[in-house]
Amino acid sequence: MSTVLQQLVNKPYKHGFVTNIESEVAPKGLSEDTIRMISAKKNEPAWLLDFRLKAYQAWLLMTEPAWPNVHHPKIDFQAISYYAAPKLKPKLSSMDEVDPELLRTFEKLGVPLHERMALAGVAVDVIFDSVSVATTYKAKLAEVGIIFCSMSEAVLEHPELVKKYLGTVIPTGDNYYAALNSAVFTDGSFCFIPKGVKCPMDLSTYFRINTKESGQFERTLIVAEEGATVSYLEGCTAPAFSSNQLHAAVVELVALDNADIKYSTVQNWYAGDENGVGGIYNFVTKRGLAKGVNSRISWTQVETGSAITWKYPSVILRGDNSVGEFYSVAVTNHHQQADTGTKMIHLGKNTRSTIVSKGISAGQSSNSYRGLVKVAPTATGARNYSQCDSMLIGDKSGAHTFPYIQVRNPTAQVEHEASTSKIGEDQLFYFAQRGISAEAAVSMIINGFCKDVFQQLPMEFAVEATQLLGFKLEGAVG
Amino acid sequence: MITPNSPVLIDVHGLCASINGVDILKDLDLTVRRGEVHAIMGPNGSGKSTLAKVLAGHTAYAVTAGTVQFEGQDLLAMAPEARALSGVFLGFQYPIEIPGVANSQFLRLSYNTLQAQRGHEELDPLEFDDFVREKMKMLEMSPDFLDRSVNEGFSGGEKKRNEILQMALLEPRLAILDETDSGLDIDALRIVSRGVNQLITPDNAVILVTHYQRLLNHIVPDFVHVMEAGRIIKTGGKELALELEKRGYDWVSAEHEAAGRARTQEVSA
Repeated sequence: MSTVLQQLVNKPYKHGFVTNIESEVAPKGLSEDTIRMISAKKNEPAWLLDFRLKAYQAWLLMTEPAWPNVHHPKIDFQAISYYAAPKLKPKLSSMDEVDPELLRTFEKLGVPLHERMALAGVAVDVIFDSVSVATTYKAKLAEVGIIFCSMSEAVLEHPELVKKYLGTVIPTGDNYYAALNSAVFTDGSFCFIPKGVKCPMDLSTYFRINTKESGQFERTLIVAEEGATVSYLEGCTAPAFSSNQLHAAVVELVALDNADIKYSTVQNWYAGDENGVGGIYNFVTKRGLAKGVNSRISWTQVETGSAITWKYPSVILRGDNSVGEFYSVAVTNHHQQADTGTKMIHLGKNTRSTIVSKGISAGQSSNSYRGLVKVAPTATGARNYSQCDSMLIGDKSGAHTFPYIQVRNPTAQVEHEASTSKIGEDQLFYFAQRGISAEAAVSMIINGFCKDVFQQLPMEFAVEATQLLGFKLEGAVG
Repeated sequence: MITPNSPVLIDVHGLCASINGVDILKDLDLTVRRGEVHAIMGPNGSGKSTLAKVLAGHTAYAVTAGTVQFEGQDLLAMAPEARALSGVFLGFQYPIEIPGVANSQFLRLSYNTLQAQRGHEELDPLEFDDFVREKMKMLEMSPDFLDRSVNEGFSGGEKKRNEILQMALLEPRLAILDETDSGLDIDALRIVSRGVNQLITPDNAVILVTHYQRLLNHIVPDFVHVMEAGRIIKTGGKELALELEKRGYDWVSAEHEAAGRARTQEVSA
């Protein structure tokens, strides 16, 4: 890797600060008692405690998945604290009562919590360690019947809705990390768009891990009833610690007839330092159920952070004519490892799915795309188009593609295209000879490479993602 | 055009350069004044393209001795992009493909970077579109080329036209055109040559690296240099190119060796 390219990549992580705030942190360790403690703290109804305990029992019998193309020391689940929360006043009547230290933290992260200065037209639920600390624009959304609040609040205020949908897309025993999450999840966002309502603004959750030895296990549930439409954004950051933190989230989406859910993520968890020390283990299960006819679920993700990413946002296309989409940019640098992709499960007739995955690997990182396209015998006329492109920067990084295709209906059409390219010295020299710096050249090449994904992102996110990539890869080229 | 007392644009003195430890340029001298057109000819492997790349600052080559003054500045001390910004342009022999980056976007960034450097106004996408379309007419290029990725899927001739388009946009002080004629059919050669001729002014200069006389029928050089084994062994006027076309390079080489022997004998006598 040339020095020009090397110099380009190494900008520091700018969200790596720690907020000094008095927190309540549960003792480390996981047992039934821990789960009862979490449930009691949240005044949860008995059915939810049962849900948790059932998941815990399932988890105890499971083993960690060995198939991902990632390597890490065995996680000691007894060395993690499963609950950490900033000490809050019991009930906040307005944003002015939020701890000023927290307000400052989120302002620094570019997520102001005061509605008067909030991101224009975006309602935000803010999760700090294990709890939601604020949700903006709640009242305005309630006017059109939209429920947007923290999961803890939803459990208490809208138990019938939570009970009806929780765990219906990702059952408690679905996989190792989803089972763990189902047992110990602490908070997350809940969002319900009633029949026929088009959500007037983008909804957003911002996740922040602050405590050193805690895990973050949040649970998000989004339900769009018949004809409802919503665009949802998720952002994540964490301080730079030399130890690894576990983030095992579960996100479930349900789209009924003619409903449309668009879920966008810009993931920038701390990735560890240039020697691979520290960083978040991001082991996340995300799945949408396109339950109704003509429903549509679209995942867009820009994954730049985390020491290890293990995540496959998927769509179960159950409704006839339903549509599933997955647009992904995954960037790895230094010693980061990513094994990410999607699953498109075609059950209904004439269901369609599109997969566009762009992997960029720099430094000594490893970047894998893993995707499953499954067409069931019932899915007459199903169609899938997959495109997986990898870009290598330098000569020490790796890109891998693991496509799985299972077709059990002869009328299905499945297409898969893949390419691998490399930013080389000669390309950079060509730019340089036209007066363009290596930094600007790399940013232009990368943005060109990711164009198909970036144009799926809402405007503010697209700008952020573009900057983030430039920042991330500064000095990585070679 | 040779003008008496025209200022020196670039002065290459005793230049030696190597790649991966192999010496390619060996004690090369070349002086180019404003307004002049120089042709550099020579057999394959004589170091013509290396000279072009070394002057542009390609990082794969190491300069081991010699100096290059460009308008009074030490060119060798400058980064490739700084050389470009001060007016050195290399028309590539094999223009590289850049998938995903629209030609229009690339051309505009390059143009605006130079404009900013020269203290001139930058153009927004709409203004630039008008501007670049005018230049494309001169090269008989279809506006479709603006929307395509840089050089991706271009034919050999299209790539070369795209290079000259960049020369037209950037208005360099010194344009080094590395085998711009290779891969061009007769019509394309005529169009590209006409483009280059329109860009030659008394203030700038052109170095043409070529194998063939046919280019020099269209762009008439003031000087023709013959390179062999990393240095210039003969310099003449435009007639030299015609003679090379007729007789090949061997006689120049023989003449050079004979002169070398004569010098050695003189010294020993």
